[in-house]
Amino acid sequence: MPKIIPVADELSKTFWDGVNDKRLILQHCAACERLQYPPKPACQFCGSGEKLEWKDVEGKGHISTYIVIEDGRLNRRMPDQPYNLALITLDEDTSVNFYSNLPGVPPYEVPVGSAVEVMFEEVAPDQLIHEWKVVG
Amino acid sequence: MATQNQYQWRRDKDGLGVWDHRGKVAVAGYGHSPVDRRWDERSMDQSLGAYTILACRLAMEDAGVTPDQIDGIICCDSHIAGGSGGTASNWAPRPYFDPPYDSELGLTLINGEWLAKVMELPNVRFAPTGVPTIGEMVGMASQAIADGKCNTCLVIYPTGNLEGRYRRGGENADDYAKGARQWVAPWGNHGGNDFINIFPHNQYCLKYGGTHDDLAPFVINQHRNGLLTPWGYNASHGLEQLTVEDYVTSRYILNPLRLWDCDRPVNASAAYLFTTAERARDMKQPPVYVLNHSQHNFPTRTTQSDLNEIEDWTDRAAKRMYEGAGLGPADVDIFNPYDGYATMTQFYLEAFQWHGVKRGDAFAFYADDIRVEGPHPFSSSGGNLGNGRTRTAMYTDSIQQLRGTAGPRQVTVRAETALAAFVTPSSGGWIMFSKHPS
Repeated sequence: MPKIIPVADELSKTFWDGVNDKRLILQHCAACERLQYPPKPACQFCGSGEKLEWKDVEGKGHISTYIVIEDGRLNRRMPDQPYNLALITLDEDTSVNFYSNLPGVPPYEVPVGSAVEVMFEEVAPDQLIHEWKVVG
Repeated sequence: MATQNQYQWRRDKDGLGVWDHRGKVAVAGYGHSPVDRRWDERSMDQSLGAYTILACRLAMEDAGVTPDQIDGIICCDSHIAGGSGGTASNWAPRPYFDPPYDSELGLTLINGEWLAKVMELPNVRFAPTGVPTIGEMVGMASQAIADGKCNTCLVIYPTGNLEGRYRRGGENADDYAKGARQWVAPWGNHGGNDFINIFPHNQYCLKYGGTHDDLAPFVINQHRNGLLTPWGYNASHGLEQLTVEDYVTSRYILNPLRLWDCDRPVNASAAYLFTTAERARDMKQPPVYVLNHSQHNFPTRTTQSDLNEIEDWTDRAAKRMYEGAGLGPADVDIFNPYDGYATMTQFYLEAFQWHGVKRGDAFAFYADDIRVEGPHPFSSSGGNLGNGRTRTAMYTDSIQQLRGTAGPRQVTVRAETALAAFVTPSSGGWIMFSKHPS
């Protein structure tokens, strides 16, 4: 079913361009060696704006926990209900997390703790979003 | 009239020490309108404006204050919970009524300028615009009184509710996600406080043990306290006491978040009268002194705040409040944290260590005797869950408990200090009240 379509802005354009190229690229602070997602104008840890660069990440993670959306408020997603909404921590930096609907995993049957890897899903012509699939 | 942006009033840093004006500001009055489920869009005596005027008059009457004595109004101008939510719920464009209801003001919006005009308050000199929610407004009023911005200030919190399912319109009906929503909405997060807390709540259950149903005693006790609150929605509409079976069989919203973990949007208004401690002593009611106010606004590190962040944030908020009030956990008699979703309250309880509750202890505490007549009268207000989404029950109950006028909710333990809040773990404010100025 159709998902909501993200609209890139000046700050997020590089990220979404990467996703549309099937790459997961996050902000990386060269000053304090930390990853940052979602993007911000400056590093949230050391405050540096000049040392922020974009870095490809491997796209591997684990499922931390999840909920099942049974009566959400987003009109476009209502036909999907119930659907999983999992919290994915990135292996390269577990302080970074993402949402995932875990395509292919039936509602309520989420294997918490399992390894996942990034995949890309079309939500509109020329617009992908990053999703995650269970591996192993 | 000033805007709040020009006035640096917040106490939102770590290590600020005891509040300079501790005990020098007081609450002298309060007033509540009836609490309706929705406004029917026809009955002008039940509009948000009419209810706000009523709440203000009751607060002024409670304190014994006349209109000419009001020189400050702090009122947030939009808390509508109708079909769209926020300002998107405004009626426009459509026909309006005769003045003063010839625009959104008085119907779905309230502000200080409109109120001063319709209530004929001739001496208002402080009525900032763009003020935050009630959790911060009470702090802003306390600081404004202390700083001499005004001497007799109405703090007003209207919560409107129109026809239509809660927040199903506006940006939630949009196929596109802009701004901060681009990082959450594509996967189904509409950006509410429910999402902020449900993931950390799951992590809490995993870390400390327990299940979601361990919230049942707390939710049921909130409803019990609500039924002991005559002005609240539950009591004034004859609702029956919620049972464990009702709770555990209720439908899920964001599984495991259940229907009864959520508050009920309502159409209502409340007002409080803040003044100097000195003036309050000459008013009708015994003063309820303010020992401290503190705020917090912690940025989320990544997509979703996790349990570690939530525990860190609430610990810092507790430290700020206790430090500024010059009190510790054992000094707090009445504890009214926010409960707009039942899944967040344990974070506050444990951070403030009320009645010795430490991290991971909340569910066992809930299962103990938390009734108002018992030894641990937790959240004696009944909060939003017991009274509807007014977000003010915590403040009113705290005032009543310290005055000794809480009726069937009056606690049997000592009631000399009270801590109340409308907060999320990441933002909002706390206020410490006391029966004594020091």
